[in-house]
Amino acid sequence: MRRRVWILVLAAAVVAAMALLVSGSRSFTVSAGQAQASSAEVKIDNFSFGPAAVTVAVGTTVTWTNRDDIPHTVVSDEKVFKSKVLDTDEKFSFTFTKPGTYGYFCSVHPKMTGKVVVQ
Amino acid sequence: MTKKVKDEILHDHNKDGVDRRGFLKCMAWAGTGALCVMQGGVLKSYSLSRLSDLGASAAAAGELSFVRISDSHMGFNKPANPDVAGTLKAAVDKINGLSAAPEFLLHTGDISHLSKPEEFDTVDQILKATGKDVFFVPGEHDVLNDDGAQFRERYGKAAKGSGWYSFEKKGVHFIGLVNVMNLKAGGLGTLGHEQLEWMEDDVKHLKSSTPIVVFAHIPLWSVYPEWGWGTDDSAQALAYLKKFGSVTVLNGHIHQTMQKVEGNVTFHTAASTAFPQPQPGKADSPGPMKVPAEQLRSILGITDVSYVRGQHALAVVDSSLA
Repeated sequence: MRRRVWILVLAAAVVAAMALLVSGSRSFTVSAGQAQASSAEVKIDNFSFGPAAVTVAVGTTVTWTNRDDIPHTVVSDEKVFKSKVLDTDEKFSFTFTKPGTYGYFCSVHPKMTGKVVVQ
Repeated sequence: MTKKVKDEILHDHNKDGVDRRGFLKCMAWAGTGALCVMQGGVLKSYSLSRLSDLGASAAAAGELSFVRISDSHMGFNKPANPDVAGTLKAAVDKINGLSAAPEFLLHTGDISHLSKPEEFDTVDQILKATGKDVFFVPGEHDVLNDDGAQFRERYGKAAKGSGWYSFEKKGVHFIGLVNVMNLKAGGLGTLGHEQLEWMEDDVKHLKSSTPIVVFAHIPLWSVYPEWGWGTDDSAQALAYLKKFGSVTVLNGHIHQTMQKVEGNVTFHTAASTAFPQPQPGKADSPGPMKVPAEQLRSILGITDVSYVRGQHALAVVDSSLA
């Protein structure tokens, strides 16, 4: 009985992992198909997002990299996206599919703010 | 406001009690806590690293003594301190070496660095060696990813809301507050409406002669709002304490010692047991300070802020051990 439960748990984990893989590759395909620059980088240094404002085309994937010795997060003001906590050198990516201005902040150090403008 | 705060902080007495025997010795200083002694309803605090100068008299003289530690950041392993477990153990050794045993320990948050279960486990294991009860409030590093669920499960089962509570010890009323939850973009620490209402009710029936000790992670006074070192709605909390003759507010978060008196309220911040942070505005950011061993003495030197508004300071906040 216990063994069957474990098999179920394992199966669920495999399905979840496959789903992640599929969704990951899908967003990659979409951004690779864009004619314009399809990715943008934001670095976190010295308790600030740099650049604090980026303007990108629809479909662009923005990647944040934490280069501080202290963990940070990337959280949308309007709850559009929310990273897990990023330790040193960890990254978070989000693909923007709709135009608009997306303000965000670090929920650990809320004085840290930035925005992504999607056109 | 900022300018005034900066002016207050320029009094660096550098009475740090640290000799030049290298990095480890200095990190032992960073790893200390503070012995808090309630004497005649007024709280005094002494750095544990300087207690040998003080002898047994201080701890024995008061009606209640407890030890405060803060910001152990278990799991941090960067150059500013690659051995935060070692420096926490150094603090525990000092606590266990006290001639008069403290009643209990207070930890003012950032127990862990990344809210990982094994980080909390390590701190619990190290603090167990004191044999004392430990009262915790969470820092922002303790509530990452899960809105503080793990913290409440471990330390706040009897607490209200996101982990606030109060208790009495020998006639002193202690209030543990949580100001690291639901932080808003561009804002400071937040207590929130529900917690403030609870606090108003909690102190309403106390006699005005009851000594009050409030402890929370982020400072409840504006140390340096530019770096987020303050709490947006702390004024409301302090307003509930106006009728009391002796109020002490203990905070962590800024990894350095500061003290300030305002009316009936004495504010203390604590050194970290893990790593130092720069003085307000003296660096590009409040990140951990990586300093050469030979400079550590001057940078870790205790910066005392004794700012007295008006003429009726009730407490001696910086007790000279000389």
